[in-house]
This record gives sequence, structure tokens and C-alpha cells, in this order.
Amino acid sequence: MSDFPFLTVLTVLPLVGALVVALLPVGADLLAKRVALGWSLLVLVITIVMCLGFEANGDRFQFVDSYAWIPQFGARFDFGVDGIALVMLALIGVLVPVVVLASWHDAEPGRRSVKTFFALLLALESTMVGVFAATDVFLFYVFFEAMLVPMYFLIGSYGGPRRQYAAVKFFLYSLVGGLLMLAAVIGLYVASKGELGAGTFAFQNLVELNMDPDLQKWLFAGFFIAFAIKAPLFPFHTWLPDAGGQAPIGAAVLLVGVLDKVGTFGFLRYCLPLFPDATRSFAPLVFALALIGIFYGAFLAMGQSDLKRLVAYTSIAHFGFIAIGCFALTTQAGTGAVLYMVNHGLSTGALFLVVGFLAARRGSVLVQDFGGAAKLMPLIAGAFFIAGLSSLALPGTNSFVSEFLVLIGTYTVNSVVAIIATVGIVLAALYVLWMYQRTMQGPLNPAIPTTLPDLTRREAWVIGPVLALVLALGVYPKPVLDIITPAVQATMQDAGASDPTPTAISGGGK
Amino acid sequence: MRTEAATGVLSALWVLIALPLAGAAVLLLAGRRADRWGHVLGCLTSGTAFVLGLVQFFALRATEHRSVTLHLFDFIPVGDLKVDLGLLFDPLSAVFVLLITGVGTLIHVYSIGYMEHDPGRRRFFAYLNLFVAAMLLLVLGNNFVALYVGWEGVGLASYLLIAFWYDRPSAATAAKKAFLMNRVGDVGLAIAIFLLFAQLGTVSYEGVFAGVDKLNTATLTTVALLLLLGACGKSGQFPLQAWLPDAMEGPTPVSALIHAATMVTAGVYLIARTNPIFDLTHTGQTVVCAVGAITLLIGCIVGCAKDDIKRVLAYSTVSQIGYMFLAVGLGGPAYAIGIFHLLTHGFFKAGMFLGAGSVMHGMNDQVNIRRFGGLIRYMPVTAITFGLGYLAIIGFPGFAGYFSKDLIIEAAFDRPGWTGWLFGGIALFGAGLTAFYMSRLYFLTFLGKPRWTDDVHPHESPRSMTVPMIVLAIGSVAGGYVLKALGLFEWLNPVFGLAPDEHLHAERLSAAAVTAMTLVVVAAGIGIAYAMFLRRPVPVVAPAVTNPIVRAARNDLYANTVNEALFARPGQYLARALVYVDSRGVDGLVNGLAAMVGGTSSRLRRTQTGFVRSYALTMLGGAVLVVAALLVVRVG
Amino acid sequence: MTPTYYLMLAAALFTIGAVGVLIRRNAIVVFMCVELMLNAANLTLVTFSRMNGSLDGQIMAFFVMVVAAAEVVIGLAIIMSIFRTRRSASVDDANLLKY
Repeated sequence: MSDFPFLTVLTVLPLVGALVVALLPVGADLLAKRVALGWSLLVLVITIVMCLGFEANGDRFQFVDSYAWIPQFGARFDFGVDGIALVMLALIGVLVPVVVLASWHDAEPGRRSVKTFFALLLALESTMVGVFAATDVFLFYVFFEAMLVPMYFLIGSYGGPRRQYAAVKFFLYSLVGGLLMLAAVIGLYVASKGELGAGTFAFQNLVELNMDPDLQKWLFAGFFIAFAIKAPLFPFHTWLPDAGGQAPIGAAVLLVGVLDKVGTFGFLRYCLPLFPDATRSFAPLVFALALIGIFYGAFLAMGQSDLKRLVAYTSIAHFGFIAIGCFALTTQAGTGAVLYMVNHGLSTGALFLVVGFLAARRGSVLVQDFGGAAKLMPLIAGAFFIAGLSSLALPGTNSFVSEFLVLIGTYTVNSVVAIIATVGIVLAALYVLWMYQRTMQGPLNPAIPTTLPDLTRREAWVIGPVLALVLALGVYPKPVLDIITPAVQATMQDAGASDPTPTAISGGGK
Repeated sequence: MRTEAATGVLSALWVLIALPLAGAAVLLLAGRRADRWGHVLGCLTSGTAFVLGLVQFFALRATEHRSVTLHLFDFIPVGDLKVDLGLLFDPLSAVFVLLITGVGTLIHVYSIGYMEHDPGRRRFFAYLNLFVAAMLLLVLGNNFVALYVGWEGVGLASYLLIAFWYDRPSAATAAKKAFLMNRVGDVGLAIAIFLLFAQLGTVSYEGVFAGVDKLNTATLTTVALLLLLGACGKSGQFPLQAWLPDAMEGPTPVSALIHAATMVTAGVYLIARTNPIFDLTHTGQTVVCAVGAITLLIGCIVGCAKDDIKRVLAYSTVSQIGYMFLAVGLGGPAYAIGIFHLLTHGFFKAGMFLGAGSVMHGMNDQVNIRRFGGLIRYMPVTAITFGLGYLAIIGFPGFAGYFSKDLIIEAAFDRPGWTGWLFGGIALFGAGLTAFYMSRLYFLTFLGKPRWTDDVHPHESPRSMTVPMIVLAIGSVAGGYVLKALGLFEWLNPVFGLAPDEHLHAERLSAAAVTAMTLVVVAAGIGIAYAMFLRRPVPVVAPAVTNPIVRAARNDLYANTVNEALFARPGQYLARALVYVDSRGVDGLVNGLAAMVGGTSSRLRRTQTGFVRSYALTMLGGAVLVVAALLVVRVG
Repeated sequence: MTPTYYLMLAAALFTIGAVGVLIRRNAIVVFMCVELMLNAANLTLVTFSRMNGSLDGQIMAFFVMVVAAAEVVIGLAIIMSIFRTRRSASVDDANLLKY
């Protein structure tokens, strides 16, 4: 079983599925939905089997597949996952079936056919898997850009009233970052040619390079800006509220839940190990941007009247925590950051999904169109509340573990940043509870028709697994942490960082 | 302190938490199907936990070190950070377990009657169970993270229960306020945990307490103050006291259980639990005492001016917890005294809250004490049980509060230096004020002439409500003497690093002198209240006053105004301003760039006139340029 | 024999053609001016071919002639159809393809 080319299959299979769905006869909408759901579940099963076969303390990169691609400049189809990429693949595997089921009726008012919507979702899954599984920097870049295409059509063809604007903004923003990264990728190739004789894009070889610190800074900047736009960090964030606010719910879940994580994943996979010196010199800047993001996102979330934009802004705050965790360069903070990526995908995904349920009922995502809705739909209100608790990182939900790890790991090396970031958790409570109060509590808004149904069976299947994971990972995160920690430790080793010893024990306290 | 691994019945410690947690889960997941039997299940889980707690309490007495730990599972193991989910059962947590499950069960039973006509009764019991589970985790955890999990867990339960009637905007707002102010405190607690890990590399009580002597004084004081911030948030202490009176928006049993007897005393537990840290920082202890003293005064002063029966009791809770803070801040033998007062307070305050709920139950949910009066004839059980609680809180000789509060005053006077006189004086003055406002409350509610509105028909509450009140009233009467006689101090002292028989030996003022002084001020308080509220007719509308102190007290000493002006309003403005900055500034830049490109190209496109000859001219110009450039290069 | 005269003649023809293209409105005249420029180029090619003693330039001139012939066919056809629809052979009237 270990020879089974898991990663190749996981990358190609959804693409085949996309073609199959796209080639179904026109009008066979239900069939298209069922095929898409079945296909994504199949991918999930394969992903689970792969996760079970992963040896936490084995080689750093496992399930390695390698095929020649463009020998002229050494680009190869190199796949392989470490613990960090593995948990992201697991997140994709879980979220895509959920999103397919959640989008059951969302594609009908779109401008393109229903089957195209689901084909695009599957195509998106393929590129998302590829971007996390690639260990060849050039291949990574190709998937990085390819991801934009299905997402562009999902937003532009099935989104809200301002979908064109949002889609173009999303595309251009990402493209600008991508082109900067392309320049850096080429620079990396040239640097490797200078040092190794033959140019390479293979991550394992690039890590070994000893680049000049000045060169590192330039290449770092190229990668960093691309990832900071993707993540998104302040001040590169303004595309997210538009894209998240206009995208159909399913696409919004994948956009914020997975696509954006490519940015923070990139920090850990490429920025830190490839440019350790530059990482150190840029870390204060990243901390500053991340801290601004935490407060800025929180305050803006409070100021929103559109629930989807609100959730998008909370993500900006959360990405601040993740970025801090990535650049703190300790095992705890790094592990926390990776876990945060997964948890944020689940918690924000859950929030978006519930907002989608509300929008489907009320035909609006504006806060003032709700109020007291818990009376009518107690189950949806409950799901919304649990998702919100996860977003504000209440202990017992998944996000607490990751936020705690990020903050405690950061505190050991940079207490000021950790303290300021910790104050941000008060604001998280504020925006979540205020959102809940304005939509669900208080007297029932008379404009809401009293006939609105509570959670349907399909919706229960959508939100149930996500909330179950939210609680399960909050109570017993050890299995996931065990997978992530060795990979993070290897990353920190590449970045030349080691955990500080406790101050008082090492004699510095007295 | 030495501990051993849990064996026998003690290895079932986790069941204590799991039972109510499972109850909450079942009640929430089963939905309306559980409406008929939900309350029974809720009471059963809590009651079983109490019985189990009792059994384990006796099992603990039989162990050698009277302290056992139980490792459940690795919670967050990453690198050097090892956070276990482990439980610690020692005299301190045992006392809390019995208080939480005991009072908790009584209040569960009471709620059956109190919430009988509420369609959400099942949900109510689910939240109560959730609270009990979280609170038990808080006191049973053997490390700071487990404590923190329980700490925020009780905050969640408190939020859910305050906002139980969520369709009332005031309840929803009060719940949010409670959660937020608690979070402010939680930030302190969280940073304290980070600091301890950064310094000592561990977050377990055992590891931290073993290493505290390695920390320097500045670090210790910082940790102590951060922990105090957390404690202040949870316990409604100055400057984070404003949420507790608002929390009375929740159903009355909630006020009794969470906002009087158990959750709000978690801050006292935290300080008592981390006594090895506080013992080493004199500054920290002084600040704890000061916070306690300030808060007890605030609580007393505002309590005198409020007309809402639950808010008076809430401020009285604030002030009584101030006493407890003062006690644990004094350190040494006063730790046990603080816990002692916590237990007696748990009885009499819970009893009085239940009494208040019973009054509201009989008076159409009215809460204005100026509209009560003479209720003793209509609800005798309530009046008598409430009266016993009242006598206990003012420290009437022989009642529970007499034992515990006098000891705190005595210990406060005994603190070396001028601070002893200050804290002792404040505590003594507070005792007088307590007597005054509690007497006012009792006289206006149960004695005097009826001042009801016409539509109320006061009646005694059902058995399920009166029985818990009676039980708690017995606790209020006998709790002090019995606990002391049973050896509470000897039981608790080892936790605080003291010899079991180490008692308070007041050197500055003798116990008799303190008791005498206390009795005098208490009598004065009762006398003034008698003269003002029983001898004279009471107006049903609060008279307008020009006295600035009374006005300030009626306005909660402007705590809400300050919070509003300092945090809420600037926060709202900031949010609004940032929305503007984001859409016009940051996004404006992006859109401006796009608009610039668009504008430039639409201007450039004007050159495409459609006239072939102009294109031809352009081509010619281009060709000339190219040739010229070539020539220049050639020549150059 | 000196190539200067030939080249000067070619330059003169080219200039006449270019000016004609730029200032005349009638499409037929513009067209003929273009032909003039092409033939000026041909003359130059042949001149240099003769000078260098290589046939390349003359071959190139044949290519230009072929292309010019093809261009005439298409160009005249376009001018004819524009004339049919608009009753005008002025290049300034056919300015629909703008902005």
C-alpha cells in the first residue's frame, strides 16, 4: 500500500471528476450533484487512508512521487507531504464534500450551468491538493496560479451582485503576488545554478543552499508579498472582504478556509527554511503587520453590517495570529500556527456555512435583516453560536489549542508581541458575541417571516461533521499535534531556530 | 506538598466532571424529546456527583498525604510544553467540589419549581449541568491550563444563563458584558500562564510551585498581579465589578448558584490555590488586600442605594467577595479563613437569592423592594429562611457569618504596619454598612406595611423551592460553627503550607475586642435601618436626592459611565473610523490605482481616431525614430 | 556606374509615395502611393543586389512584387466594397474602427 501514488492520485482524481461532471448531459443537475458529492467523498476516503499510513516520526516527506516534466530547466512533478501539508490535505478532504453538500441549491441562480459549478469545485480541489503536495517550487508556483482560475469563475459566475468586481479584484491581487513570486522562483533557480552547478527547483536541494543575505532578502520579499496577499496580511487584505462577501457560500468556505492558508503554509514551507537570515530580519515587520491585522480586522468586523464581510474580516484578525506563530520560530508557536490553519478552516468554514443557511432562508446577509432569530431556528442559532465560540477561541473548541500554542510559543521569545496579541482575544469575544446578539438575540425582528424552517436534514449533515471536528480537536488535539510537531521542528531546524530554555531554569531569572 | 496517584474510588474523579457534562450533552442533543424528563436528569447528574464527591472526600481523608492526582490524557504536548489534562484532589479542591455539587444540586432542585412554566426549562438544566462540569474542572485541574479551560467554561455557562431569556435585549447585553469583562480578566490569567511557562518551562501546579523560589521578585509580583487581574474579572472585583450586578438579568437560581455561591468565588480559589506565589510577593498580597478592601466598600455603598432586590444582593455579593479577597490577601492562617467565609457565604447568599427568587415568584416577577413589604405573613417559609440568611450575613452571634467575617476583620487588623489599621478599619466599617443595607432590604421586603401594586397576590412557593431554601437556611445558621468544629482549618491548612493546628493569634487586637467592636457597628447599622425604614413610612418611589454620595451610589459609583466613556464609546468610534479608513484609505488606494490605470488608458485610447492617414503618420514617425535610433547607435 | 543615382531616385520615389499616403484622401491614390513606396524599395533592393554581386536582393524584389500583387487584389476588393456601401472612396470617411 505504501507504493500507492497517493498524492498523484489525489491531485489527478478530482480533475478527472471535474471533467466527468462537466461532460454530463445538460440538465442532469441532480446527477451532477450526486457525482460531485460521491467523487469528493472518494477523495476523502483516499485522504483518510493516506493519513493513517503517515508515520509521524518517519521521513520528513512521505508518499513521495516524482516524474520528469521539463528537463530543460529541471522542473519536475515532485510530490511529497510533511505533517504540515498532510493536515492541510486532510482539511481539504473534509471541507470539499461539506461544501458540495452545502452548495446543493446555490448554483441554480448562477449564470452558468449547475454542473459547471460542481465541476469547478472539483477542479479547485485538484489544484488545492497540488499546491500543498508539490515539493518542486516551480510546480508549486504553477498550482498557486492555477488555483485562481476555478475560483475566479466560481466568484464571477455564481457570486453576489458585485461578483464581477470581486472576482477581478481577487484575480488581479493574487496575480500581482504570483508574478512577484515567479520572479523570486526564477531568482532561486539562478542562485541554485550558481551554487550547485545545475539549476533546480527541488525543495530538498534548495534548502541546502547558503545564499547571500542580501539576495535572501530580495527573494524573501518576492515570496513574502505573494503569501502576504494570499494570507492576507494587513495592508494587502482588501480583496478578501469583497471576494468573501460576494463569493457563493461554498466558494467562500474554500477561499477563506483553504486557499488563504496557502499563504501561511508558504511562510512555513518556503520563506522560513529557504531564507533563514531574511526571515530574522523581516520578522519584526511581520509581527507589526500581524498585530495591526489582529486589531484592525477585529474592529472592522465590528463595523460591518454584512455577515459575510464580517466573517471575512474576522479571518484577517485570525491570520494575524497565524502569521505571528509562523515567524516566532519556536516549536510551540509554529505547531500552533499550523493547527490554527486547520482550525480556522473549520471554524470560519462553519461560520460561513451557517451564514449561508441564514442567507438561503432570509435572502439577505445583512445584520439588520435578522434579530431574535434564535426563537425561530434554535438549532441554527446553536450551530452559529458554537462556530462563533470556536472563532473566539473558547477552551473546549479547537481554536483555543492553536491560539494558546501560538501565544505561549511567541511569549517565550517575544513577550511584548504575545501580550499585545493576547489583548486581541477580548476583541474576538466582542465581535463574535455582538454579531450573535444582533442576529439571534433580542426580540424577533418583525420583518422575518415566522415560517422560516430550522435546520434541515441536509444542512445538519453539512454543519454536523464540522462542529464535531471543532469540539473533538478542542478536547483531544494530540493526534494532530503529533503529526504537525515533527514537521514544524524540521522547519525550525532549517530556519536555524531552537526553542529557548526557560529563563528561570537557565539562571537568567534570579 | 506531596501527592500520590489516585487509586480505588478516587480514580473515578473524572466521573465527577463527566456526569454533569454528559447530562448537558444529552439535554442539548436530545431536543424537545427530553422536555418531559430533562429536569430530572439534570438533578440526577448533579446529585450523583455530590454523592460521589462525598464518597471521594472520605476516601481522601483515608489517604496518606491527603492529596491525589489523576492523569487523564495528554492535552497539548508540543515540544517542551507538556499540558496534561490531570486532576488534583486535595483538601482545597475537595471542599470546593462539595460546595459546588452540594449547593448546585439544591439549586437544581429549586429550579424544577422555579422554571416550571418556562418552555426552555430543559435548556436551562443543560446549561446548569454545563456550569457544574466546568466549575468542577476549574477546581479539580492540576495545572494552570486545565484551570483556564474550566475558567472560560464557567464564563460560557454564565453567559448562556444570563442570556437565558435571550429575547430580552437587556439580558443579552448583560451576558455579553459579563463575558467581555471576564475576558479582560482572562487575558491577565493567560499572560500569567505564558510568563510561568517562559520562566519555568511548565504549567502544572506541582512544577510551578516547586520552582517559584527560582523566580525573582519582580517576576513573582508580575505573575501575582496578572493572576489577580484574572481573579478580579471572574469575581467581580474592582475595577471589573460592573458586570456582576447586570448579571442579575438571568433567572434567579443562576444568580444564586453562579453569581453568588460558586463561580464568582473562583477568583478566591485562584489566589488560594496559587498561595506559594502570593506568599513570596508582599506587594502582590498588599494589592490583593487593597482590591478586596476597595471592592467591599464599593459593594456596601452601592448596596445601600439600590431598590432592586437582586441588585442589592448582587452588590452584597461583590462586597462579601471583597472580604474573601482581603482574607486571602492577608496570607498565612487567613487563607483558610477566606475559604471559610467563602463556604458560609455560599450557604447564606445562595439561600437569600433563592428567597429573592421565591419572592419574585410570588410577586409577578417584581423586583422593586419599595413595592414589597409585610410579606412575612404571606410567605412565612421564605421570610424565615431569608431572615436566617440575613442574620448570617450581618454576623449575628452564633450564625455562620459571625464566625467567618469576624475572623477576617480580626486578621485584617493584625496585618503589620499601618495597612493593618486601614484594612481592618475598612472591614469593620463594611460590617456596619452590611448590617444597614441588609436590614433595609429585609425590613422593606418582609416587614412593615404592604406597598404592593394591585395586581399581585403573594403566595408561598411550592415544596421543591422551599426545601432547598430550608436546607440552605440550616447551613446559614449552623454552617459556621459546624465547619469550625469539624476542623475545616486543620483540614485546609496543609494546602497553604501551614501546620494543621496553626490558627490566627491576633496580637494587635484581641478576638474579644474585635467581636465587641463588630457587634457595636452591626447594631448601629441595624438601628439606623430600623429608624429609617421601619419606623417611618416608605415612599414607593425613590425620593430624589441631592446628596452626591447617594446619587453616585444609585449610579453604581459611575462604574458603567467610566467603562462606557473609556472603552465602549471610543471602541465604537474607532470601529466606525476604521471602516472608513479601510474602504476609503486602504481599499481606496487599491481602487484608486485601478481607476488611474483605467483613466489613463481611456485617455490614451483617444489617439485611435479611426483615420487611416493618422495611423500612417504614426507609422512613419515610428519608422523615422527606429532609423534614427539605428543611426545613432551605428555612429556612436 | 554609381549606385547613388539609383538610390536617390528610390528615395525620391519613396518620399513621394509616403507623402501621398499621408496627404491624399482618395483610397485609390493612397493605394497607388503605397505601390510607389514598394517599388522604391524594390529599386533599392535591386541596386544593392547589383552592387554586391549577389542575387539575394533581386529574389527579395520578386517576393515583394508577389506580395504587392496579392495586396492589390485584396486592397482593391476592400476599396470596392467600401465604395459600394458608402458611395465614397475617401479614406477619412471609413473611420468606424476607432476608440
